[in-house]
Amino acid sequence: MSEQFNLEIVSPEKSFLKKDNVTEVVVPAFEGEMGILKDHISIISFLKPGIVRIMSDSKEENFYVDDGIVEFKDNSLSILTSNIFDIKNSDKVQIQEMIKQAEGDLENENLDDQKRYIISQKVEVLKSLSFN
Amino acid sequence: MASLDDLKKRISSVKSTQKITKAMKMVAASKLRRAQESAEKGRPYSDKMNNIILNLSNSIIDKENSPKLLAGSGDDKVHLCIVMTSDRGLCGGFNTNIIKKAKLYFQKIIDAGKTLKIITVGSKGYDQLKRTYKENIIEKISFKESKNTNYFDADKVGKIIIEKFEKKEFDVCTIFYNQFKNVITQIPQEQQIIPLKATESEGNSSEDNYEFEPEEDEILSNLLPKNISTQIFKAMLENSASEQGSRMSAMDNATRNAGEMVDKLTIQYNRSRQAAITKELIEIISGAESL
Repeated sequence: MSEQFNLEIVSPEKSFLKKDNVTEVVVPAFEGEMGILKDHISIISFLKPGIVRIMSDSKEENFYVDDGIVEFKDNSLSILTSNIFDIKNSDKVQIQEMIKQAEGDLENENLDDQKRYIISQKVEVLKSLSFN
Repeated sequence: MASLDDLKKRISSVKSTQKITKAMKMVAASKLRRAQESAEKGRPYSDKMNNIILNLSNSIIDKENSPKLLAGSGDDKVHLCIVMTSDRGLCGGFNTNIIKKAKLYFQKIIDAGKTLKIITVGSKGYDQLKRTYKENIIEKISFKESKNTNYFDADKVGKIIIEKFEKKEFDVCTIFYNQFKNVITQIPQEQQIIPLKATESEGNSSEDNYEFEPEEDEILSNLLPKNISTQIFKAMLENSASEQGSRMSAMDNATRNAGEMVDKLTIQYNRSRQAAITKELIEIISGAESL
Protein backbone atom coordinates (compact mmCIF):
# COMPACT_ATOMS: atom_id res chain seq x y z
CA MET A 1 0.00 0.00 0.00
CA SER A 2 1.23 3.39 -0.79
CA GLU A 3 0.01 5.18 2.32
CA GLN A 4 2.52 3.50 4.52
CA PHE A 5 5.63 4.99 5.95
CA ASN A 6 8.46 4.02 8.28
CA LEU A 7 8.53 4.48 11.98
CA GLU A 8 11.34 4.07 14.42
CA ILE A 9 11.14 4.64 18.11
CA VAL A 10 14.43 4.76 19.97
CA SER A 11 15.08 5.04 23.65
CA PRO A 12 18.56 5.60 25.09
CA GLU A 13 18.90 1.92 25.93
CA LYS A 14 17.82 0.46 22.64
CA SER A 15 15.86 0.77 19.46
CA PHE A 16 12.44 0.27 20.93
CA LEU A 17 10.28 -0.30 17.88
CA LYS A 18 10.80 -0.39 14.16
CA LYS A 19 7.99 -0.65 11.65
CA ASP A 20 7.65 0.00 7.98
CA ASN A 21 3.93 -0.35 7.57
CA VAL A 22 2.33 2.36 9.65
CA THR A 23 -0.40 4.44 8.13
CA GLU A 24 -0.89 7.05 10.77
CA VAL A 25 0.82 8.12 13.95
CA VAL A 26 -0.65 10.49 16.47
CA VAL A 27 1.87 12.07 18.79
CA PRO A 28 1.32 14.34 21.79
CA ALA A 29 3.30 17.27 20.44
CA PHE A 30 4.03 20.13 22.73
CA GLU A 31 1.42 22.39 21.20
CA GLY A 32 -1.27 19.76 20.93
CA GLU A 33 -1.82 16.38 19.42
CA MET A 34 -0.46 15.96 15.97
CA GLY A 35 -1.38 13.31 13.47
CA ILE A 36 1.18 12.37 10.90
CA LEU A 37 0.33 10.75 7.59
CA LYS A 38 2.46 9.84 4.66
CA ASP A 39 4.15 12.69 2.78
CA HIS A 40 3.95 15.01 5.70
CA ILE A 41 6.30 17.96 5.40
CA SER A 42 9.65 17.53 7.18
CA ILE A 43 9.11 18.49 10.74
CA ILE A 44 10.83 18.51 14.08
CA SER A 45 8.86 18.87 17.23
CA PHE A 46 9.04 17.74 20.79
CA LEU A 47 6.61 15.85 22.91
CA LYS A 48 4.94 16.33 26.20
CA PRO A 49 3.89 13.39 28.34
CA GLY A 50 1.11 11.58 26.59
CA ILE A 51 0.10 8.72 24.40
CA VAL A 52 1.53 7.85 21.04
CA ARG A 53 -0.98 6.07 18.85
CA ILE A 54 0.34 4.02 16.01
CA MET A 55 -2.05 2.84 13.34
CA SER A 56 -0.91 0.22 10.94
CA ASP A 57 -3.06 -1.78 8.50
CA SER A 58 -5.37 -3.49 10.87
CA LYS A 59 -4.30 -2.75 14.36
CA GLU A 60 -3.69 0.15 16.62
CA GLU A 61 -0.99 0.32 19.26
CA ASN A 62 -0.71 2.74 22.11
CA PHE A 63 2.40 3.74 23.97
CA TYR A 64 2.95 6.09 26.82
CA VAL A 65 5.87 8.49 26.47
CA ASP A 66 7.36 10.78 29.08
CA ASP A 67 8.99 13.18 26.72
CA GLY A 68 10.64 13.02 23.38
CA ILE A 69 11.51 14.48 20.07
CA VAL A 70 9.89 13.62 16.78
CA GLU A 71 11.51 14.04 13.45
CA PHE A 72 9.75 13.35 10.20
CA LYS A 73 11.73 13.35 7.00
CA ASP A 74 11.42 11.53 3.70
CA ASN A 75 8.58 9.44 4.96
CA SER A 76 10.38 8.11 7.94
CA LEU A 77 9.36 9.13 11.39
CA SER A 78 11.77 8.92 14.29
CA ILE A 79 10.68 9.32 17.84
CA LEU A 80 13.36 9.74 20.48
CA THR A 81 12.16 9.27 23.99
CA SER A 82 13.74 8.58 27.32
CA ASN A 83 10.85 6.65 28.81
CA ILE A 84 8.30 4.63 26.91
CA PHE A 85 6.07 1.65 27.60
CA ASP A 86 3.28 -0.23 25.94
CA ILE A 87 -0.04 0.61 27.52
CA LYS A 88 -1.33 -2.91 27.02
CA ASN A 89 1.35 -4.41 29.22
CA SER A 90 1.63 -1.55 31.60
CA ASP A 91 2.19 -2.15 35.24
CA LYS A 92 -0.40 -0.53 37.51
CA VAL A 93 1.96 -0.32 40.44
CA GLN A 94 4.62 1.33 38.36
CA ILE A 95 2.17 3.90 37.08
CA GLN A 96 1.03 4.68 40.60
CA GLU A 97 4.63 5.21 41.57
CA MET A 98 5.21 7.54 38.65
CA ILE A 99 2.14 9.54 39.60
CA LYS A 100 3.35 9.83 43.14
CA GLN A 101 6.74 11.00 42.03
CA ALA A 102 5.33 13.53 39.60
CA GLU A 103 3.01 14.90 42.23
CA GLY A 104 5.97 15.20 44.53
CA ASP A 105 7.79 17.17 41.85
CA LEU A 106 4.85 19.52 41.53
CA GLU A 107 5.22 20.58 45.13
CA ASN A 108 8.61 22.03 44.40
CA GLU A 109 8.01 25.76 44.31
CA ASN A 110 10.97 26.68 42.18
CA LEU A 111 9.48 25.17 39.06
CA ASP A 112 8.97 27.45 36.14
CA ASP A 113 5.60 27.50 34.45
CA GLN A 114 6.61 25.35 31.56
CA LYS A 115 7.92 22.56 33.71
CA ARG A 116 4.91 22.78 35.95
CA TYR A 117 2.67 22.47 32.94
CA ILE A 118 4.53 19.44 31.65
CA ILE A 119 4.45 17.66 34.96
CA SER A 120 0.79 18.33 35.52
CA GLN A 121 0.16 16.94 32.06
CA LYS A 122 2.06 13.87 33.06
CA VAL A 123 -0.02 13.38 36.18
CA GLU A 124 -3.20 13.78 34.19
CA VAL A 125 -2.26 11.27 31.52
CA LEU A 126 -0.98 8.75 34.00
CA LYS A 127 -4.12 9.05 36.08
CA SER A 128 -6.29 8.44 33.07
CA LEU A 129 -4.21 5.37 32.36
CA SER A 130 -4.55 3.91 35.78
CA PHE A 131 -8.33 4.19 35.72
CA ASN A 132 -8.70 2.19 32.56
CA MET B 1 68.24 -21.54 46.54
CA ALA B 2 64.69 -21.92 47.74
CA SER B 3 63.88 -25.13 49.46
CA LEU B 4 61.56 -27.68 47.94
CA ASP B 5 58.84 -26.78 50.37
CA ASP B 6 59.02 -23.10 49.48
CA LEU B 7 58.78 -23.87 45.80
CA LYS B 8 55.78 -26.08 46.36
CA LYS B 9 54.05 -23.32 48.25
CA ARG B 10 54.77 -20.80 45.55
CA ILE B 11 53.49 -23.07 42.83
CA SER B 12 50.22 -23.60 44.61
CA SER B 13 49.83 -19.90 45.33
CA VAL B 14 50.42 -18.97 41.71
CA LYS B 15 47.97 -21.64 40.68
CA SER B 16 45.25 -20.24 42.87
CA THR B 17 45.91 -16.74 41.57
CA GLN B 18 45.57 -18.13 38.10
CA LYS B 19 42.21 -19.58 39.03
CA ILE B 20 41.01 -16.18 40.17
CA THR B 21 42.19 -14.36 37.08
CA LYS B 22 40.65 -17.03 34.91
CA ALA B 23 37.32 -16.63 36.66
CA MET B 24 37.53 -12.83 36.36
CA LYS B 25 38.24 -13.17 32.69
CA MET B 26 35.21 -15.34 32.25
CA VAL B 27 32.99 -12.92 34.18
CA ALA B 28 34.33 -9.99 32.18
CA ALA B 29 33.70 -11.85 28.93
CA SER B 30 30.07 -12.44 29.71
CA LYS B 31 29.59 -8.90 31.00
CA LEU B 32 31.36 -7.58 27.93
CA ARG B 33 28.84 -9.19 25.66
CA ARG B 34 26.01 -7.45 27.45
CA ALA B 35 27.80 -4.12 27.67
CA GLN B 36 28.78 -4.22 24.04
CA GLU B 37 25.23 -4.98 23.05
CA SER B 38 23.83 -2.08 24.98
CA ALA B 39 26.54 0.23 23.67
CA GLU B 40 25.56 -0.69 20.16
CA LYS B 41 21.88 -0.37 20.91
CA GLY B 42 22.43 3.03 22.42
CA ARG B 43 24.15 4.42 19.38
CA PRO B 44 21.08 5.13 17.23
CA TYR B 45 19.63 7.37 19.91
CA SER B 46 22.66 9.56 20.31
CA ASP B 47 23.28 9.61 16.57
CA LYS B 48 19.74 10.69 15.82
CA MET B 49 19.87 13.26 18.55
CA ASN B 50 23.06 14.67 17.12
CA ASN B 51 21.54 14.79 13.69
CA ILE B 52 18.46 16.64 14.80
CA ILE B 53 20.49 19.17 16.71
CA LEU B 54 22.69 19.64 13.71
CA ASN B 55 19.67 20.30 11.55
CA LEU B 56 18.29 22.69 14.07
CA SER B 57 21.46 24.66 14.53
CA ASN B 58 21.86 24.90 10.80
CA SER B 59 18.47 26.48 10.45
CA ILE B 60 19.03 29.04 13.15
CA ILE B 61 19.91 32.26 11.51
CA ASP B 62 20.38 34.44 14.49
CA LYS B 63 23.41 32.72 15.96
CA GLU B 64 24.10 35.45 18.48
CA ASN B 65 20.92 34.88 20.37
CA SER B 66 20.88 31.12 20.18
CA PRO B 67 20.76 29.25 23.48
CA LYS B 68 23.84 29.49 25.61
CA LEU B 69 24.34 25.74 25.69
CA LEU B 70 24.92 25.80 21.96
CA ALA B 71 26.80 29.03 21.56
CA GLY B 72 28.68 28.99 24.83
CA SER B 73 28.79 31.71 27.42
CA GLY B 74 30.98 33.83 25.21
CA ASP B 75 33.92 33.29 27.49
CA ASP B 76 36.73 30.80 27.61
CA LYS B 77 38.06 31.15 31.11
CA VAL B 78 36.81 28.29 33.20
CA HIS B 79 37.04 24.77 31.88
CA LEU B 80 35.08 21.94 33.39
CA CYS B 81 36.31 18.44 32.70
CA ILE B 82 34.24 15.38 33.32
CA VAL B 83 36.57 12.43 33.72
CA MET B 84 34.70 9.19 33.40
CA THR B 85 36.39 6.10 34.76
CA SER B 86 35.37 2.80 36.27
CA ASP B 87 34.61 1.99 39.87
CA ARG B 88 36.67 -1.15 39.89
CA GLY B 89 40.30 -1.81 39.20
CA LEU B 90 42.12 -4.72 37.65
CA CYS B 91 41.23 -3.72 34.14
CA GLY B 92 44.60 -3.11 32.57
CA GLY B 93 45.33 0.33 31.26
CA PHE B 94 41.70 1.33 31.08
CA ASN B 95 41.66 3.99 33.77
CA THR B 96 45.26 5.05 33.30
CA ASN B 97 44.68 5.78 29.64
CA ILE B 98 41.79 8.11 30.35
CA ILE B 99 43.69 9.84 33.12
CA LYS B 100 46.73 10.25 30.92
CA LYS B 101 44.66 11.86 28.21
CA ALA B 102 42.88 14.06 30.72
CA LYS B 103 46.10 15.15 32.41
CA LEU B 104 47.54 16.28 29.10
CA TYR B 105 44.48 18.42 28.58
CA PHE B 106 44.61 19.75 32.15
CA GLN B 107 48.18 20.82 31.65
CA LYS B 108 47.25 22.69 28.51
CA ILE B 109 44.51 24.55 30.31
CA ILE B 110 46.65 25.44 33.27
CA ASP B 111 49.50 26.55 31.02
CA ALA B 112 47.09 28.83 29.21
CA GLY B 113 46.27 30.45 32.51
CA LYS B 114 42.69 29.27 32.62
CA THR B 115 40.81 27.91 35.56
CA LEU B 116 40.34 24.17 35.73
CA LYS B 117 37.47 22.38 37.42
CA ILE B 118 37.09 18.64 37.48
CA ILE B 119 34.20 16.32 38.10
CA THR B 120 35.12 12.68 38.36
CA VAL B 121 32.63 9.98 37.54
CA GLY B 122 33.78 6.64 38.90
CA SER B 123 35.93 6.23 41.97
CA LYS B 124 39.12 5.09 40.23
CA GLY B 125 39.49 8.37 38.44
CA TYR B 126 39.16 10.24 41.70
CA ASP B 127 41.79 8.05 43.34
CA GLN B 128 44.28 8.79 40.61
CA LEU B 129 43.59 12.47 40.25
CA LYS B 130 43.29 13.49 43.88
CA ARG B 131 47.05 13.47 44.36
CA THR B 132 47.79 16.15 41.79
CA TYR B 133 44.54 17.96 41.26
CA LYS B 134 42.89 17.78 44.65
CA GLU B 135 41.81 21.42 44.77
CA ASN B 136 40.48 21.31 41.21
CA ILE B 137 38.03 18.50 41.83
CA ILE B 138 34.71 20.07 42.62
CA GLU B 139 32.62 16.95 42.69
CA LYS B 140 33.00 13.20 42.59
CA ILE B 141 30.24 10.97 41.43
CA SER B 142 30.17 7.23 41.62
CA PHE B 143 27.56 4.74 40.59
CA LYS B 144 28.88 1.77 42.47
CA GLU B 145 25.40 0.73 43.47
CA SER B 146 23.81 0.57 40.06
CA LYS B 147 24.47 -2.73 38.40
CA ASN B 148 23.84 -1.66 34.84
CA THR B 149 24.54 1.54 33.09
CA ASN B 150 21.21 3.28 32.89
CA TYR B 151 19.96 6.52 31.50
CA PHE B 152 18.75 7.66 34.87
CA ASP B 153 22.31 7.90 36.19
CA ALA B 154 23.49 9.72 33.10
CA ASP B 155 20.64 12.16 33.49
CA LYS B 156 21.76 12.90 37.03
CA VAL B 157 25.23 13.81 35.83
CA GLY B 158 23.75 15.85 33.00
CA LYS B 159 21.56 17.80 35.41
CA ILE B 160 24.52 18.60 37.62
CA ILE B 161 26.43 19.93 34.63
CA ILE B 162 23.57 22.06 33.40
CA GLU B 163 22.91 23.44 36.84
CA LYS B 164 26.52 24.49 37.15
CA PHE B 165 26.45 26.00 33.69
CA GLU B 166 23.38 28.04 34.48
CA LYS B 167 25.09 29.33 37.58
CA LYS B 168 27.92 30.39 35.27
CA GLU B 169 30.43 28.23 37.09
CA PHE B 170 32.22 27.29 33.90
CA ASP B 171 32.41 28.22 30.22
CA VAL B 172 33.59 25.10 28.45
CA CYS B 173 32.82 21.52 29.32
CA THR B 174 34.71 18.50 28.06
CA ILE B 175 34.15 14.85 28.82
CA PHE B 176 36.79 12.14 28.85
CA TYR B 177 35.96 8.52 28.27
CA ASN B 178 37.15 5.44 26.47
CA GLN B 179 35.57 4.60 23.21
CA PHE B 180 35.10 0.92 22.66
CA LYS B 181 36.57 -0.24 19.40
CA ASN B 182 37.17 -3.88 20.09
CA VAL B 183 38.27 -6.09 22.94
CA ILE B 184 41.91 -5.11 22.74
CA THR B 185 41.58 -1.55 21.53
CA GLN B 186 39.90 1.21 23.46
CA ILE B 187 40.53 4.73 22.39
CA PRO B 188 40.52 7.45 25.04
CA GLN B 189 38.37 10.31 23.83
CA GLU B 190 37.92 13.92 24.69
CA GLN B 191 34.67 15.43 23.61
CA GLN B 192 33.53 18.96 24.11
CA ILE B 193 29.86 19.15 24.96
CA ILE B 194 29.44 22.79 25.99
CA PRO B 195 29.43 24.78 23.80
CA LEU B 196 28.42 22.15 21.35
CA LYS B 197 30.92 21.69 18.59
CA ALA B 198 29.33 21.07 15.25
CA THR B 199 30.54 17.51 14.93
CA GLU B 200 31.46 16.24 11.50
CA SER B 201 28.49 17.57 9.60
CA GLU B 202 27.64 15.00 7.02
CA GLY B 203 26.47 17.53 4.53
CA ASN B 204 23.33 15.70 3.65
CA SER B 205 21.31 17.34 6.34
CA SER B 206 21.83 20.96 5.53
CA GLU B 207 19.56 21.15 2.51
CA ASP B 208 16.43 19.96 4.22
CA ASN B 209 13.93 22.52 5.18
CA TYR B 210 12.21 21.53 8.32
CA GLU B 211 9.13 22.87 9.83
CA PHE B 212 9.43 23.45 13.51
CA GLU B 213 6.81 23.36 16.12
CA PRO B 214 7.23 25.29 18.35
CA GLU B 215 9.96 27.71 17.25
CA GLU B 216 13.54 26.60 16.70
CA ASP B 217 14.84 28.37 19.77
CA GLU B 218 12.35 26.76 22.02
CA ILE B 219 13.02 23.31 20.69
CA LEU B 220 16.71 23.84 21.00
CA SER B 221 16.53 25.02 24.56
CA ASN B 222 14.60 21.87 25.38
CA LEU B 223 16.76 19.61 23.36
CA LEU B 224 20.20 20.74 24.41
CA PRO B 225 19.99 19.69 28.04
CA LYS B 226 18.74 16.34 26.88
CA ASN B 227 21.58 16.07 24.48
CA ILE B 228 24.05 16.53 27.30
CA SER B 229 22.55 13.65 29.24
CA THR B 230 22.53 11.62 26.07
CA GLN B 231 26.19 12.30 25.40
CA ILE B 232 27.05 11.38 28.97
CA PHE B 233 25.01 8.24 28.65
CA LYS B 234 26.77 7.33 25.45
CA ALA B 235 30.10 7.88 27.14
CA MET B 236 29.00 5.70 30.04
CA LEU B 237 27.95 2.89 27.72
CA GLU B 238 31.15 3.06 25.74
CA ASN B 239 33.07 3.17 28.96
CA SER B 240 31.45 0.13 30.46
CA ALA B 241 32.02 -1.88 27.30
CA SER B 242 35.62 -0.71 27.23
CA GLU B 243 36.09 -1.51 30.88
CA GLN B 244 34.95 -5.09 30.44
CA GLY B 245 36.97 -5.52 27.27
CA SER B 246 40.03 -4.12 28.90
CA ARG B 247 39.56 -6.27 31.97
CA MET B 248 39.06 -9.33 29.86
CA SER B 249 42.30 -8.90 27.95
CA ALA B 250 44.17 -7.93 31.11
CA MET B 251 42.93 -11.03 32.89
CA ASP B 252 43.68 -13.15 29.88
CA ASN B 253 47.25 -11.93 29.98
CA ALA B 254 47.44 -12.49 33.70
CA THR B 255 46.19 -16.04 33.31
CA ARG B 256 48.74 -16.73 30.64
CA ASN B 257 51.55 -15.22 32.67
CA ALA B 258 50.53 -17.26 35.68
CA GLY B 259 50.61 -20.39 33.52
CA GLU B 260 54.11 -19.56 32.36
CA MET B 261 55.20 -18.95 35.89
CA VAL B 262 53.79 -22.25 37.07
CA ASP B 263 55.67 -24.04 34.30
CA LYS B 264 58.91 -22.32 35.21
CA LEU B 265 58.51 -23.01 38.88
CA THR B 266 57.62 -26.63 38.22
CA ILE B 267 60.79 -27.12 36.22
CA GLN B 268 62.80 -25.48 38.96
CA TYR B 269 61.06 -27.68 41.53
CA ASN B 270 61.78 -30.85 39.56
CA ARG B 271 65.37 -29.89 39.00
CA SER B 272 66.06 -29.17 42.63
CA ARG B 273 64.31 -32.38 43.65
CA GLN B 274 66.49 -34.29 41.22
CA ALA B 275 69.57 -32.49 42.52
CA ALA B 276 68.71 -33.45 46.07
CA ILE B 277 68.28 -37.11 45.09
CA THR B 278 71.55 -37.14 43.21
CA LYS B 279 73.32 -35.53 46.10
CA GLU B 280 71.99 -38.16 48.47
CA LEU B 281 73.04 -40.94 46.13
CA ILE B 282 76.54 -39.54 45.82
CA GLU B 283 76.80 -39.32 49.56
CA ILE B 284 75.71 -42.96 49.98
CA ILE B 285 78.02 -44.22 47.26
CA SER B 286 81.05 -42.31 48.40
CA GLY B 287 80.31 -43.39 51.95
CA ALA B 288 80.22 -47.04 50.84
CA GLU B 289 83.45 -46.62 48.85
CA SER B 290 85.38 -45.23 51.74
CA LEU B 291 84.77 -48.29 53.83
